[in-house]
Amino acid sequence: MDILNAIVALSNFVLVPAIAYGSQLALGALGVTLIYGILRFSNFAHGDTMAFGTMATILVTWALQAAGVSFGPLPTALLALPLGIAACILLVLGTDRLVYRFYREVKAKPIILVMASLGVMFILNGLVRFIIGPDDQRFADGERFIITARDFKEMTGLQEGLAIKTTQGITLVTAIIVVAVLFWFLNRTRTGKSMRAYSDNEDLALLSGINPERVVMVTWMIVAALATIAGVLYGLDKSFKAFTYFQLLLPIFASAIVGGLGSPVGAIAGGFVIAFSEVFVTYAWKKVLVYLMPENLEPSGLVQLLSTDYKFAISFAILLIVLLFRPTGLFRGKSV
Amino acid sequence: MKKFLTATAAAALMASGAAAEDVKIGILQGFTGPTESLVGPMASAMEMAIEEVNASGNFMDGMTVVPVRGDSTCIDASAGVAAAERAITSDGVKGIVGGTCSGVTGAILANVAVPNGIVMISPSATSPALTTAEDNGLFFRTAPSDARQGEVMADLLIEDGVTSVAVTYTNNDYGKGLADAFASAFAEKGGEVTIQAAHEDGKADYSAEVAALASAGGEVLVVAGYLDQGGAGVIRSALDSGAFDTFHLPDGMVGESLSNAFGTEIEGSKGQAPGSNSEGTKIFQELGAGQFDSASPYTAEGYDAAALIMLAMQAAGSTDPNVYKDKVEMVANAPGEKINPGELGRALQILADGGDVDLVGATGVELIGPGEAAGSFRVVEIKDGKFETVGYR
Repeated sequence: MDILNAIVALSNFVLVPAIAYGSQLALGALGVTLIYGILRFSNFAHGDTMAFGTMATILVTWALQAAGVSFGPLPTALLALPLGIAACILLVLGTDRLVYRFYREVKAKPIILVMASLGVMFILNGLVRFIIGPDDQRFADGERFIITARDFKEMTGLQEGLAIKTTQGITLVTAIIVVAVLFWFLNRTRTGKSMRAYSDNEDLALLSGINPERVVMVTWMIVAALATIAGVLYGLDKSFKAFTYFQLLLPIFASAIVGGLGSPVGAIAGGFVIAFSEVFVTYAWKKVLVYLMPENLEPSGLVQLLSTDYKFAISFAILLIVLLFRPTGLFRGKSV
Repeated sequence: MKKFLTATAAAALMASGAAAEDVKIGILQGFTGPTESLVGPMASAMEMAIEEVNASGNFMDGMTVVPVRGDSTCIDASAGVAAAERAITSDGVKGIVGGTCSGVTGAILANVAVPNGIVMISPSATSPALTTAEDNGLFFRTAPSDARQGEVMADLLIEDGVTSVAVTYTNNDYGKGLADAFASAFAEKGGEVTIQAAHEDGKADYSAEVAALASAGGEVLVVAGYLDQGGAGVIRSALDSGAFDTFHLPDGMVGESLSNAFGTEIEGSKGQAPGSNSEGTKIFQELGAGQFDSASPYTAEGYDAAALIMLAMQAAGSTDPNVYKDKVEMVANAPGEKINPGELGRALQILADGGDVDLVGATGVELIGPGEAAGSFRVVEIKDGKFETVGYR
């Protein structure tokens, strides 16, 4: 019984939130890693691209809600998602046309593209705040829980409850579907293969007749879709605020780099590594240990390695360790 | 910013239209920043007191008091200090009603008010650290210190039979000061604080913070935060994960937006905020009803702070801060004729005739120790999803 309680407590406070957060990071990191692999620069505007896509989705969601449309127990935002993605695609194709294409044509160094993306980031930052405002927006509706802590306790008779939010369930399911589709696309379709060829060796790909502008366009479209989905899932699960999306840039880049920039599998693994270590290191283990240990060994302190204030520091620390000892990341991406 | 511009423009207009026999009083409040929604009505309450004094014509043989608004912000100490510098050196104010938040108030006091010898009365800075701040007798406040609120909170919980609580606080002077004051008071009365953890405002996700709080355990979660900010986020996350379902809510958490957000989900949670059921409060709220939201927090304290400065000047017969600072406690405390809101004119007359007054004011103000209000608290409880007043102490 005590072991079950320990497992449930651990799942409720550590595993479930970390899996949902990890999926959101993984989707974000996939976008970063695709840009790095194919367009060959670190896109600092990624967090704000997510914010823009999410904002577009929220606006459509409000329109749907006003028109009385709902999606049963699921959030209406899922219905609005395709339109949000479309808006985001238009945006990134627009910025590519206005900003990045010029630097690509003059064969600018990657660092110049990075700085250009920094500029795009600030503009998007302002744009999103200008349209939807700097405040918190909650747009989740429908059923809030798959199972609440209280129901779980009554059902099982355990002391500890396990709550799973609908948004956490949706996050995991959507992430699995999106990743499966993405990998099928990259490995099985002609366009996907040409993207990988372009990423592996640009000159060889050009020689074999691959149209570079087409590859770039498809990449941006996929990235916009990934960014919007990641942003909407994060916003549904937590809340939407322009500033938090900007802050997400750090853990997302940490995930992509830890996994190996340019490696899609690495981005997913990196997302979960970062999410789990953030939660594991800042968790106070007292409750779990009290259930597991014999009475005389029970800890009296909190058994917390680091206070939760240091969450972001953990992403940094892991990033540093990986860069020092394995600069290409866990899955041998391109070295940074 | 727009509000601030209109405020300064209005102040400039008033200043230019005033006669030679003027006394300027600085209304140094956080017109921009995290408290901007509270400060509007507070400043109106202060200006209501000033208008009342001017209308009576009894102030210092017919002198006029002119309010000068300045933006002390709530969190930007350098901006607050600059605004105070300008009010004193350029506008020539003889007293300051402000600032709004504890951190900035401490900075203005140490860097501007004490060096320039200006009296400062804050209506809303509640950090216990200000009690021991070096002030040369120039600093007063009409809001009770959080040391007192900590005591009241501890009493309430102990009386309800709660012996073990977890505490989370917003990571600033207010949150830390209140959490520390509460923890020591609660431990003294035999309770146990299992964890005292900070949370940052403005995050999207508080599940890690709540996980640590839940692991430490406790019957009630004390949330010393802000109701529109991290405080509400922590409660949401704690409810979602089933970690806590009863909370204790100090002044920063008591407000309609919290009960609207959670309703019956936090049924039975208690809290307290400065407030009294005195006759003065009712009179004040009726006086201000037409002009601003007179039931908004700290408006009554604002009225009393402005009134204290003017009455002290009258009692001393001087607008020199170093002279009238010694009269502030005299006009605030017994003995003397009791003065309710709306009777400032009468008080000025009594003082001019050489009598003594005891300002009851809008909050029943009584200064104790180093010039701060003893304070009374309104105890609230969530009943049927709404904040209901269940008592005063």
